[in-house]
Amino acid sequence: MRRKKDLAGPAGQEKNNIKKRQKKTAAKVLSYIRHYFFLAVLSLLFAAVNVVTALYLPMLTGDAVDTMLKKGAVDFILLKELLVRMGIVIGIAGASGWLMSICNNRITYCVVRDIRRDAFGKLQKLPLKYLDGHPVGDLVSRMIADVDQFADGLLMGFTQAFTGVLTILLTLVFMLRINVWITLVVVLVTPLSFFVAAFIAGRTSRMFQKQSEARGIQTDLIDEMIGNQQTVQAYGYEGKALERFGEINDKLEKYSLKATFFSSLVNPSTRFVNNIVYAGVGITGAFFAINGSLTVGGLSCFLSYANQYTKPFNEISGVITELQNALTCAGRVFDLIDAEEETDDGHAKERIEKTEGTVQLEHVDFSYVPDQPLIQDLNLSVESGKRVAIVGPTGCGKTTMINLIMRFYDVNAGRICIDRKDIRKLSRKNLRSQYGMVLQETWLKDGTVLENLMFGKEDATREEVMEAAKLSHAHSFIKRLPKGYDTVIRENGENLSQGQRQLLCIARVFLLKPPMLILDEATSSIDTRTEMKIQSAFGRLMEGRTSFIVAHRLSTIQNADIILVMKDGKIVEQGNHESLLKQDGFYAELYRKI
Amino acid sequence: MGESLKGLWKYLREYKKECVLGPLFKLLEAVFDLTVPVVTAMIIDKGIAHRDKEMVLCYGGVLVLLAAIGLLCSITAQYFAAKAATGFAAKLRYALFKHVETLSFTEMDEVGTSTLITRMTSDVNQLQSGVNMALRLFLRSPFIVFGAMIMAFTYDFEIALIFVAAIILLSVVVFGIMAVSTPLYKKTQGILDHVLQSTRENLTGVRVIRAFCREPEEEEEYRGKTVFLMKAQMFVGRISALTNPLTYVIVNAALILLLWRGGFRIQAGTLKQGEIVALVNYLSQILVELVKLANTIVLTNKSLACAERIEGVFSLTSSLEDHSRKNHSRPGEKTDFQKDEGEKKNAFVSGEKQQSAGTEKSVKTKLVFEHASLCYKGALEPSIQNVNLEVKEGQVIGIIGGTGSGKSTLISMIPRFYDATEGNVFVDGRNVKEWDLEKLRKKIGIVMQKAVLFKGSIRENLLWGNEDATEEEMVEALKLSQAWEFVQKKEKGLDSFIEQGGRNLSGGQKQRLGIARALVRKPEILIFDDSTSALDYVTDAKLEQGLKTLSYHPVIFMVSQRTSSIRHADQILVLEDGQVLDVGTHGELLERSKEYREIHESQYKNVGEEAADFA
Repeated sequence: MRRKKDLAGPAGQEKNNIKKRQKKTAAKVLSYIRHYFFLAVLSLLFAAVNVVTALYLPMLTGDAVDTMLKKGAVDFILLKELLVRMGIVIGIAGASGWLMSICNNRITYCVVRDIRRDAFGKLQKLPLKYLDGHPVGDLVSRMIADVDQFADGLLMGFTQAFTGVLTILLTLVFMLRINVWITLVVVLVTPLSFFVAAFIAGRTSRMFQKQSEARGIQTDLIDEMIGNQQTVQAYGYEGKALERFGEINDKLEKYSLKATFFSSLVNPSTRFVNNIVYAGVGITGAFFAINGSLTVGGLSCFLSYANQYTKPFNEISGVITELQNALTCAGRVFDLIDAEEETDDGHAKERIEKTEGTVQLEHVDFSYVPDQPLIQDLNLSVESGKRVAIVGPTGCGKTTMINLIMRFYDVNAGRICIDRKDIRKLSRKNLRSQYGMVLQETWLKDGTVLENLMFGKEDATREEVMEAAKLSHAHSFIKRLPKGYDTVIRENGENLSQGQRQLLCIARVFLLKPPMLILDEATSSIDTRTEMKIQSAFGRLMEGRTSFIVAHRLSTIQNADIILVMKDGKIVEQGNHESLLKQDGFYAELYRKI
Repeated sequence: MGESLKGLWKYLREYKKECVLGPLFKLLEAVFDLTVPVVTAMIIDKGIAHRDKEMVLCYGGVLVLLAAIGLLCSITAQYFAAKAATGFAAKLRYALFKHVETLSFTEMDEVGTSTLITRMTSDVNQLQSGVNMALRLFLRSPFIVFGAMIMAFTYDFEIALIFVAAIILLSVVVFGIMAVSTPLYKKTQGILDHVLQSTRENLTGVRVIRAFCREPEEEEEYRGKTVFLMKAQMFVGRISALTNPLTYVIVNAALILLLWRGGFRIQAGTLKQGEIVALVNYLSQILVELVKLANTIVLTNKSLACAERIEGVFSLTSSLEDHSRKNHSRPGEKTDFQKDEGEKKNAFVSGEKQQSAGTEKSVKTKLVFEHASLCYKGALEPSIQNVNLEVKEGQVIGIIGGTGSGKSTLISMIPRFYDATEGNVFVDGRNVKEWDLEKLRKKIGIVMQKAVLFKGSIRENLLWGNEDATEEEMVEALKLSQAWEFVQKKEKGLDSFIEQGGRNLSGGQKQRLGIARALVRKPEILIFDDSTSALDYVTDAKLEQGLKTLSYHPVIFMVSQRTSSIRHADQILVLEDGQVLDVGTHGELLERSKEYREIHESQYKNVGEEAADFA
């Protein structure tokens, strides 16, 4: 017994939390809609007009039917008047429906645009800690797929939720005005369809879950076997792969059939309930008509009301899941928008105008995860124009140094100074413009070669760009591209080799002529001759500039003024090549190994 | 249902019974739906008009009965539709997987693996729901629309003409708007993709963007793109928002006409009040079904597009001629007999040639490249050109050159991942194109640049190399590939679990297991495609030593960017831009090949003889 209670406890809590979150999200959605308050009011107004006129029409139709009792007893004057009135009502209903849709469209797409803008603006202000901690695919899907899904839900919610509820209420009023008892029949039977739908949905969801599980396993297998077809074929594993595929495929078929069949029971069942309502109205209505308390027109009006009344009920479960879905999606985007920003540096106290290029690290402590100290009490003093090489085995945290110096991350304790000024007192823009940076992952923008080279300096002339490209050995291959400097680099620069991309990144920095440099040498996938070109370009770039290099080559290391030796995220030794060899520690070991 | 489904039709044909019964029951349901207004008219004209309560109850009972039969028909129809759709999808997926497995890399490169995976998953799913939907609605909706029209004709000719006009007008509006808005929706989807791409780009380049202080410009650019997207969405939204109001107006305009003409008919006594009510009902049924039909058509169109894409995969056939495999590509055709015949013939020819090759020479020639060139499909220039090479049994061949010089291309011709576009490659005196693919590949053990491991235990992965390998053989291979040390340390040893893609192993460990897998096979030809660069020097050297001790003396191809890995090879090929610049031993090449010397020196400069790089 106790155990059961314990189990229920956290689950209940979670449910509460979800509800709270949804409320918060809904409030936030409303705050976005508030910018379009006028439009929203208009939309509601048009919706109301639309519903009222649309519901008035069956009544007029009923009245019209009543003018034609039997042979020779048709009241043409009244009929004409009613038909004219119907024409007007139809016109109003059509127009208001269209205007409502237009308002809803506008609100939805504007809100979506605003959310995307805010989210993107947020991306520029989020600390890298956040961005590094979330996979790119996840963030992209929040900003694109989730926002899209939200838009669909919002549009549907707007158009159907409000009109649906209004239709139900007004139909009820109209029906009550005609006949209380028949109304009761409708009101009592209709919700049945709702329950039937919910009942089936509950049963089906288990099947759907099994189906998606099987689908997941199968996709994994496809991914593995087709994605690595070269190995599969080299080892002649095709037959076995097919066998395994067949097994899971049969399972998937079984679950899929059940899920599809059970879920497709919803429509016929609700339709059945509707038909029962229809029959009920027909019978009771006919009795009242025989008694004389209801006209035939009234009955026909009732019949179409019965149809109209059940429709929102059938749709409502769909609308609710859609809305809930939309809220969940919106919640995921808002998580991003509400994430904590980097500290504001709008009122930076100090500024560097003319850079000397000295860098000091004083008693720096840093860790990515609170309980796992990485860098502790690091001291380093770099004079102007010196080269600092950072070495160590792969994954030892060399990039952490770049993160700290560029202030992508803030130190936990101690301070980092440029020209004796604490970098936290500078604006990030001022700090970062001191450095030129070339990373191992060569990132290029979607655009022409020229646009990419001018990335840091938009006002550069074509001549300046070409000069920089020549200095960095990029000019000769750019010339040979189909359209030279105006060649469009495709996403991920597929039309360029890794080495060429690296050269472009170097040229980009050459154009800037920054006072200081941060370089991450490429490790592999570049052949040794291109590598030599890159080295020579790096060499030219570093002349007279304070440089930090994540080094993979011995030549770079030997020429460095200071070598930081890192291991498991810590700086274990520092000094120059000779002094480190003399120390006979980790560096010497590394050196001897190769 | 369109030309494109033709090829896939046969998978659906197996569910002929379901495909006929499903729509049939749907049709029955529609018939009952169409009967409802008739019964209602009876209630009014017979029951109410004659004040006959019994009659009312009787017809009311008919209504309930109709509803119940309708439910049964509909459920039956749904079952058959679901069965046909899911069964069709399963058959299709299986055939698709089987077919893709036979494709050679020329086709795989052309299409791309991610595309193939999408075809097999989401496209098939979409097609499944398309088939399901089509079986359920495609007959029903038109049937009700025209059924209602025909019912109208049975009541009154002139009023039925109003129906005809309304149906035509409604169709024009519904399908017209659909025709206009579909391409527009596609366009907005394209714009959305563009926005997606900028988002991704911004995220992957966040460090560079911040280092260059370009955040404001990026934001500005993004704003522009979202506004563009919004405008496109609003435009198409405005057009498709016309559908509902327009159809509403058309149907109700028809209603006004119907009532006006109906008034005259009643006055003349040719129609009764209840029949007018029935006609009104039919009119509203038409609207509902037309909208459903439009939606079905949208979905079907999507599914047809998926079907076309899937059909596209089937139309790819392996460019490799292989006698044993040729008949695999399509299922359901019994060709086992032919297949067997082909294999026997092959075996016969192969034996003959092998024999003659064997008796001719004392040290057998294992492998010959004869003017072999390979130009990838769609490429302007060949990736490797005019390779001539004779490899004796037991020889070690080194291949060196920069990225893109054609090293991997050269060796990919041996297991026929790609066929030489010019010239020939011979293994055991026989052209590889004449070998049975499976038998040829059994002779070869290949270790790729990036070792690919599969979900499962280490043992299962090693068994890929040779299904019948004993425990001792596996351990031996692991020891040789320097992997035994870390495998041994694992709690479960050989039965340790490897996650998909070997995520729970380091790069070096994966590489060593990849080598072990090739060794378990005891291949006649062992190929290392730049696969030892992920190993440190000590391991690399130990591996090299170990390979010399192999009892079965395989031919070894060693592709590398480091001269240190190939310096002991019997022959070294120096490649640049797809050309074989020189062939010789390390010493010979150092003396006469400028390029080889350059490569060698670039790796040994500054730091004496024994160092290269840290990575």
